[in-house]
Amino acid sequence: MNPENPTASGAGIEMSRRQVLIGTAGTAVTAVLAKVENAQANTNTKSTAQTPPVSHVTFTLNGRRVALDVDNRTTLLDALRERLHLTGSKKGCDHGQCGACTVIVEERRINSCLTLAVMHEGDSITTIEGLGTPCTLHPLQSAFIKHDGYQCGYCTPGQICSAVAMLDEIKAGIPSHVSDDLIAKSPVSAVEIRERMSGNICRCGAYSNIVEAIQEIAGGEA
Amino acid sequence: MKSFTYERASSLQQAVNACASREGARFIAGGTNLLDLMKLEIETPQHLIDVNGLGLDKITATKEGGLRIGAMVRNTDLAAAPQVRRDYAVLSRALLAGASGQLRNKATTAGNLLQRTRCAYFYDTNQPCNKRRPGTGCSAIGGASRQQAVIGVSDACIASHPSDMAVAMRALGAKIETLNPDGHVRTIEIDDLYSALGSTPHIETILSAGELITAVTLPKPIGGEHIYYKVRDRASYAFALVSVAAIVLPDGTGHIALGGMSYKPWRSEAAEAYLPDGAKTVATHLLAGASPTAQNAFKIKLAERTIGLVLSNSPSSQRPRTAAID
Repeated sequence: MNPENPTASGAGIEMSRRQVLIGTAGTAVTAVLAKVENAQANTNTKSTAQTPPVSHVTFTLNGRRVALDVDNRTTLLDALRERLHLTGSKKGCDHGQCGACTVIVEERRINSCLTLAVMHEGDSITTIEGLGTPCTLHPLQSAFIKHDGYQCGYCTPGQICSAVAMLDEIKAGIPSHVSDDLIAKSPVSAVEIRERMSGNICRCGAYSNIVEAIQEIAGGEA
Repeated sequence: MKSFTYERASSLQQAVNACASREGARFIAGGTNLLDLMKLEIETPQHLIDVNGLGLDKITATKEGGLRIGAMVRNTDLAAAPQVRRDYAVLSRALLAGASGQLRNKATTAGNLLQRTRCAYFYDTNQPCNKRRPGTGCSAIGGASRQQAVIGVSDACIASHPSDMAVAMRALGAKIETLNPDGHVRTIEIDDLYSALGSTPHIETILSAGELITAVTLPKPIGGEHIYYKVRDRASYAFALVSVAAIVLPDGTGHIALGGMSYKPWRSEAAEAYLPDGAKTVATHLLAGASPTAQNAFKIKLAERTIGLVLSNSPSSQRPRTAAID
């Protein structure tokens, strides 16, 4: 809410999921219109009273170069889903609390809903679509299927992207809250996996199977 | 979200000048808190200045034997830095106790210090909140106040500061380095960074318009046992009800700071003089003047008992939040 405008009361935390989806779909439409209106625009930020400010951004997505003019407000998640039509990354809470939007940027897992697309100039981004394909699954995708690491599947792309990068964090020697020894390398134990994956919520409660799937892959790699 | 213009800063001085000269301009770093609040239109910047990519992402030694942490060092990288794990373990532990892996990968040192309260009424734009909309009243006073602050509160606001990192930095005696639009560099004790709530809870720090945090410095390490103990409603990925950052030296003296208790990390050097007398005496002095609500009065006893746990802690008996030094 604008502090100067006490009547504008659209987006409180009690907003329903449906309202969230409707609201953000509107933003995406605006972004598409902005692109059309600014199809001839130059690279820098533009601002007029009629059209929302737009910026140009170029990044590498799943190994392919992508160039976009985006409404500055467009999150990386909305750019991926609504502009680039990669709908594997999911919008759960849109506030960085559920992890369904997790993607890997510059080899780090992040919440794509809490970062602006325009802030990723030159970055290398990997989504679930870039990890594996239906014919050539990533080992973790296979492991999730084998261990039944999901029920509805909505959190799964985020879980898998998160887990891939999480295992790299352990390999890189990054400690966690449950690591006994800050200096030594952490084991890939169930306790470590549960702590490190706490940013990915599974509403269906498939956690034990998710941990088993991750452990199988970690065991193979360790 | 309100629309805004965006620029990538080309230099530190250009960034602070741009921020000071443009109405409604804000710096953006990791964005994990600012964007969240912009979606709710609690924050409505008209112009964002991206201060990533200005070389503020390095950790270096100071000539005093301490550490200089660049403002854009990510929480993950700070927690994992070998010199932090070795010499400032309480800071690693605090960082690792906060947020999620995804958020720590994006969140920055300066952004963590400046993150805003998670008071539910601050986030609920349908409710009065003096911090969000000055003069409208405080919904937390008389409302659901279990998570709120118990000390340093005012009649206008009882919001607590949510950071874990800042609590450890307060125990370590960190200083904040800033750059001003006039080119002046100033150093601020972390305890002086946060403005008392008083009648103006919407003014959260002493930073002036355009002033940019460039680094946090830590003094030379003092050894001792470093402990961060966080009490929360979930085992992971939840804000603290009470947290204790402690550095306990072999002679029984040390530093103690509390999180989840106030608008800033709560520490009293005078109270620390009572450390050899035990937790109850320390807590009595540390929390003198506390003014809890009926719903969060439990935090007083919880803080005392958590300090007691920390003081009686030994690395072998209290997995996993302890780390011995030397």
